[in-house]
Amino acid sequence: MSSLLNTSRPPVFCPGCTHDRITKELDKALVKMGIPADKTVIVTDIGCSGLFDTFFNVHALHGLHGRALTYASGLKLADPELNVIVTMGDGGLGIGGAHVLSSCRKNLDITLIILNNFNFGMTGGQYSATTPSDAIAGSEFLNQAEIPIDICEVAQSAGATWIGRYSGHDADLSDHFVTAMQHKGFSMVETLGMCTGRYTKRNKLNVAAIDAMIEEMPSKNGVVEKNQRPEYGERYRAIASEKTVYPEAVTVEQQVILENPKRDDIVILGSAGMRIVTAGDIVCFAGMVAGLNASMKNDYNITVLRGQSVSELILSPEKIGYAGLETPSIVLALSDEGVQRRKKIFPKLGPDTLVVKEASVTIPETAAEVVTVDYKALKIKRHDWALASLGFLAKRGRGITEEMLIPALKARFNEKVFGMAMETVNKTLKG
Amino acid sequence: MALSFMEGNEAVARGAMAAGCSFFAGYPITPATTVFANMLKLLPPKGGVCIQGEDEIASMGYCIGASMAGKKVLTATSGPGISLYSEQLSFALGSEIPMVIVDVQRLGPSTGSATRGADSDIQFLRWGNTGGVPVIVLVPKDAKDCYELTVHAFNYAEEFRCPVFIASNKEIGMTKESVDLDAITLPPLVDRKLFTGETYVPFEADADKAPDFLPIGGKTLVRQTSSTHGPDGYITIDPEVISASQERLQNKILAAEDRITLFEENHRENADTLVISYGVTSRAVEDACASLEKKGTQVSSLSLKTLWPVPEKLLKEKAKAYKRILVIEMNLGQYVNEIRRVLADKKLDFYGQMDGTLIAPGKIMEVIDNE
Repeated sequence: MSSLLNTSRPPVFCPGCTHDRITKELDKALVKMGIPADKTVIVTDIGCSGLFDTFFNVHALHGLHGRALTYASGLKLADPELNVIVTMGDGGLGIGGAHVLSSCRKNLDITLIILNNFNFGMTGGQYSATTPSDAIAGSEFLNQAEIPIDICEVAQSAGATWIGRYSGHDADLSDHFVTAMQHKGFSMVETLGMCTGRYTKRNKLNVAAIDAMIEEMPSKNGVVEKNQRPEYGERYRAIASEKTVYPEAVTVEQQVILENPKRDDIVILGSAGMRIVTAGDIVCFAGMVAGLNASMKNDYNITVLRGQSVSELILSPEKIGYAGLETPSIVLALSDEGVQRRKKIFPKLGPDTLVVKEASVTIPETAAEVVTVDYKALKIKRHDWALASLGFLAKRGRGITEEMLIPALKARFNEKVFGMAMETVNKTLKG
Repeated sequence: MALSFMEGNEAVARGAMAAGCSFFAGYPITPATTVFANMLKLLPPKGGVCIQGEDEIASMGYCIGASMAGKKVLTATSGPGISLYSEQLSFALGSEIPMVIVDVQRLGPSTGSATRGADSDIQFLRWGNTGGVPVIVLVPKDAKDCYELTVHAFNYAEEFRCPVFIASNKEIGMTKESVDLDAITLPPLVDRKLFTGETYVPFEADADKAPDFLPIGGKTLVRQTSSTHGPDGYITIDPEVISASQERLQNKILAAEDRITLFEENHRENADTLVISYGVTSRAVEDACASLEKKGTQVSSLSLKTLWPVPEKLLKEKAKAYKRILVIEMNLGQYVNEIRRVLADKKLDFYGQMDGTLIAPGKIMEVIDNE
């Protein structure tokens, strides 16, 4: 095979454009490596560098500006056998900076070729992330107020394992591409070149000037020793292959037949750290032990270690529709914060509703049956109050019973935690 | 009978696994995070790949790449993430890249309220792409639907080669429910049609069909592009070629309206009012209608599970027998505009609520009564 260039779609760059040379050097490199066309993909984005995918007889994916590395990563993860080459200009570099950083950190086996020609050629020579401050660019004076990025230095600190910076006119460019592509991991080649259609019309830049620039900048020519580590895909697959157990859905068998199954709407009013959601789970499991349908709707803050924690539960022999609670039949009032969150419900409650109130909690006036429990006196710690309340409900046969509760605890906890939970529950169940 | 206890987000993840999903990329965002968390537990033991993108844009890009390599892919986010998905979404729509996107909606606009539900994005999902390409949006009302509709979503994505949305809601995604998974009959699985002919032209297709697929990395070279392309996958400016492909993108979805239409109804004899709703709201609607029935008032309900393409035929047919149509939405009126357009000759009332809380059955009964 002498060339992978697509003869029906020859390069269309401006005369003298470095991209033209880079196209040919990349082709030479692919030929030297002898990699199969059907196992190679060129991924590009927008701008003149985005034309690359059309010039080659390999798989091609052309996408949005700056996002080429995201498609490349998806392709490589889905098909590790693919040789994935990304071309990107200094425009894509700027707009897709987060993806460059991530690719350096991840170290997927992808080769990124940056075609840095110091400006946005296609849109009229506007300044880019690499335009020198003293250049004359198509964005009036804006580039004078900024400094250009050295992407190789950035890549090094972001963890890239292979970095090379070369002139687009480097005689050995195709060999550099080969070395970069042969590297197992993320390799980034920055090529510096001339945009003859825009940039060099107003700025003195030629092959010698590019060489001088490269001379002045920190040298980058291959493997970055301090960043060496396994390729991401291999590492990912090694770790993932240890996850052999597929977690089946949690199921609860019916074990109890209730004589008179009825609906209960239960709300637990507590605070973060009181294991309100766990208690809610157990109530629902208990319902399912008795063959009831269950639903649990929680209300807590994004900062999960502070603020209210409210769990609204429905146990019902019928299919559950609306999962909010209009008038609960059981209220567990375990913290002032939780009570404040739902204070509007209390005046609406009738004598059929049972409110179990911890001794230290204040509740608004209500017509409900209120029972006060002093958990502190029972030597139950605050984070167990919700759990202890379930023992209290089971003792009274409200919402749940002992024969529903114990299998629910068994289903929810491992043996050790189950034992501890039973100690707590027994204080209210048997007490 | 053993009941499972799971939130809607877990049901989506399990539905995706049942549909043959083998790739997930996403970025954490409340209230969608647990879809990601579940996929991270479910995919590795099955040899699948689950990745956290560096942002939402990247997550969509990873999905696009993996889908083009032939995988069935899933991603999940909420409103603010859908905003960021937008440019990649346009790519996937215009370039016919199958994927399923779960939007666990929260109260907008903007960052809005992370832990408050609303059906915020119903029009946004439809029109959040450049070009106005039609989309498929399915909307679950409970955990069971999350499981089942996710399988439908994958089937549609594969058949029509497009992104398909599941418009979930915080109040479904993060609400746990007992569900009997064994009692659910899933549709037969559909896989994208692979090209088997001689010369592969990547976007060649009948006028109302999706093109046959071949993966990047297979024996035949494949071209994919986000730019306006002809059947060969190269950029074109030929108006005839452009218009044919634009019309095909539209027709392949709209021509399949009947097949994509999913719904539930509860027709009650002698009712003169039909309440149309979707998503979590339809549960309260059904409760309200059942309560009214006990009081001797008959009101029918229609719960839409497909919002886009608009099930126009279904709406017309189901509305025919009723004097009054009432639309209830967990926003200030998004989908009602479509229903009003389709049922232009009907007396139509609307109630919308967007305050971070569920619409209660009591409120719906009040709206039904206040004709």
